[in-house]
Amino acid sequence: MNRRDFIKTITAFGISSAAVYGGLNHIGTQAALMEKNSAAQQAKRWGMVIDVSKFQNAEDIKRVAAACHRYHNVPDIDDPAHEIKWIWQEDFEHTFAELESEYLSETIKQLDFPVLCNHCDNPPCVRVCPTQATFKQEDGIVTMDYHRCIGCRFCMAACPFGARSFNFVDPRPFIDEVNPELATRTIGVVEKCNFCAERLAQGLDPVCVEASHGGIIFGDLEDPASPVRKVLNENFFIRRKVELGTGPGIYYVIKGGKAGA
Amino acid sequence: MLEKALYGSKRYYAWLGFLMIIILAGLAAWFKQYDYGLGITGMSRDVSWGLYISQFTFMVGVAASAVMVAIPFYLHDHKVFGKIVILGEFLAVAAVIVCMLFIFVDLGQPARFLNLILHPSPNSVMFWDMCVLTGYLLLNFIIGWTVLGAEKKGFPAPGWVKTLTYIAIPWAISIHTVTAFLYAGLPGRYYWLTAIMAARFLSSAFAAGPALLIIVCLILRKFTSFKTSTDAIQSLAKIVTYAMIINVFFVLLEVFTAFYSNIPGHMAAIKYLFVGLDGYNNLVPFMWTAAILAFSGITLLLIPHMRQNEKILTFALIAVFIASWLDKGIGLVLGGFVPNAFGRVTEYIPSVTEIIIILGIYAVGLLLLTVLYKVVIGVREYSIDYDH
Repeated sequence: MNRRDFIKTITAFGISSAAVYGGLNHIGTQAALMEKNSAAQQAKRWGMVIDVSKFQNAEDIKRVAAACHRYHNVPDIDDPAHEIKWIWQEDFEHTFAELESEYLSETIKQLDFPVLCNHCDNPPCVRVCPTQATFKQEDGIVTMDYHRCIGCRFCMAACPFGARSFNFVDPRPFIDEVNPELATRTIGVVEKCNFCAERLAQGLDPVCVEASHGGIIFGDLEDPASPVRKVLNENFFIRRKVELGTGPGIYYVIKGGKAGA
Repeated sequence: MLEKALYGSKRYYAWLGFLMIIILAGLAAWFKQYDYGLGITGMSRDVSWGLYISQFTFMVGVAASAVMVAIPFYLHDHKVFGKIVILGEFLAVAAVIVCMLFIFVDLGQPARFLNLILHPSPNSVMFWDMCVLTGYLLLNFIIGWTVLGAEKKGFPAPGWVKTLTYIAIPWAISIHTVTAFLYAGLPGRYYWLTAIMAARFLSSAFAAGPALLIIVCLILRKFTSFKTSTDAIQSLAKIVTYAMIINVFFVLLEVFTAFYSNIPGHMAAIKYLFVGLDGYNNLVPFMWTAAILAFSGITLLLIPHMRQNEKILTFALIAVFIASWLDKGIGLVLGGFVPNAFGRVTEYIPSVTEIIIILGIYAVGLLLLTVLYKVVIGVREYSIDYDH
């Protein structure tokens, strides 16, 4: 190598490393900005109360699910074997199978329940994930890194709430209109509700909360003054499969608040 | 030593060629699956693991069963197993590789499998399963290859191999225990949520694995110069007998606990498997076949003059092997997903592509086993000539 080539190489190396460093620095600053976003909603433990009385027209849950699925680029796959669901409708008998009774009133039997990920205190899905692609945030949200998921589906076997869906086929052709703000998923990864963590970071409420017309109350379970705690104080509530010890974060109020029922 | 596998009879080449064709068909089917996604299989949102994972589970048992030859030989100096202990070790090698392939084809994102190592997660049983299986593969390969190499040269095996053989014994127990923990620690899957899961796994493994090994020994005796002694075969057959009795006993313990306690969650999967649930009964014929084969296999094995007749013995061993396979390679995994988290039943029927991939993986296992055993036989034949 002569002197000229040497200088050229050194200069090229210098410029490229400066560019890489600058790029990394830029990413670092962006991350810091997101952390410090003063508008972001924060909580010690996010939780949700679902006032079932507000979901008694067939359209109520459909509207909420459609809004959620549109926002999160959830594909609309008709086949029940391959469908992807973040929030959907179930009846009492299947949502609370262990509370089934032959003397259950027809009213209760015919109630519609929105079901979704319970963002458990002790999530079995997080425990079993072999790559930490599913993890729990400090604010209680159980969320996923879709780029790390290897698609082993151990989390689906572990989840007692059937909250997880797997992309058995390429989801993209099944998305009518892509929301460019958020990613779509690739084939072969698991996905589920993330309590709209990206909206909370912008200071917004989850999509389902907004679309529910007051049927879903969202807030910090550890804050006694939060809207969720107020509703829980005033009403009897049930949660799914508490006997399994996962500590589900979705609370169902059947009779509704003072304004409900 | 591998050169021993390069020369063989026409029948040997034809067998390898036949396996290669199945492997290529499996590979082609896997490419199709890689392109389309796991939607090409019979798995679904409700039955999210199917035959891939159940074959993996069954084959971990076959791998672990090498210990049923190793314990009598290494710990109790049961000399009749001296010639076949290496067959057990190489069977374990082939079985572990088959297991790893089953996990690999089950992944939705196989290209990311290194994430298991890049992001090690000690909280996940799958991480530990990967560790123990890799370790077990290395142990058995190193032990088998070194002992055979020493035998070829007419020297005793080096002393450190002895240490490895002692390590391999509890290690074999660990691979199947950890595999049972994949299932036994999941809340809400009542068919799997049982403290005797690991014990059941080990007992069925110690029945099915040695049963397979005896069948292989009988095949080798018929077609090759490798003649396993009748003593060794009868000894192993007794191990199969007791392991299978314990296995059936454990299954009956599960039935008692579920039905005497009368807890719906614990009864549901057993009902689904043996009588059907909510009108779904795809697996009922398989499970009753398993039950009948298990009891007839045990009966034939228990009666000494039946067991000593090699034709009847072969039938009994095949019965035990198929019964264990139906119970663990089909019923165990599929039963765990019934009913689903909402109390509904979804059934699973594997697709043709899925079955071709499974056959391809088993063909890889048989190919490995053939090559490894060919090396063993080659070395032994040579040393026989040498002695003369």
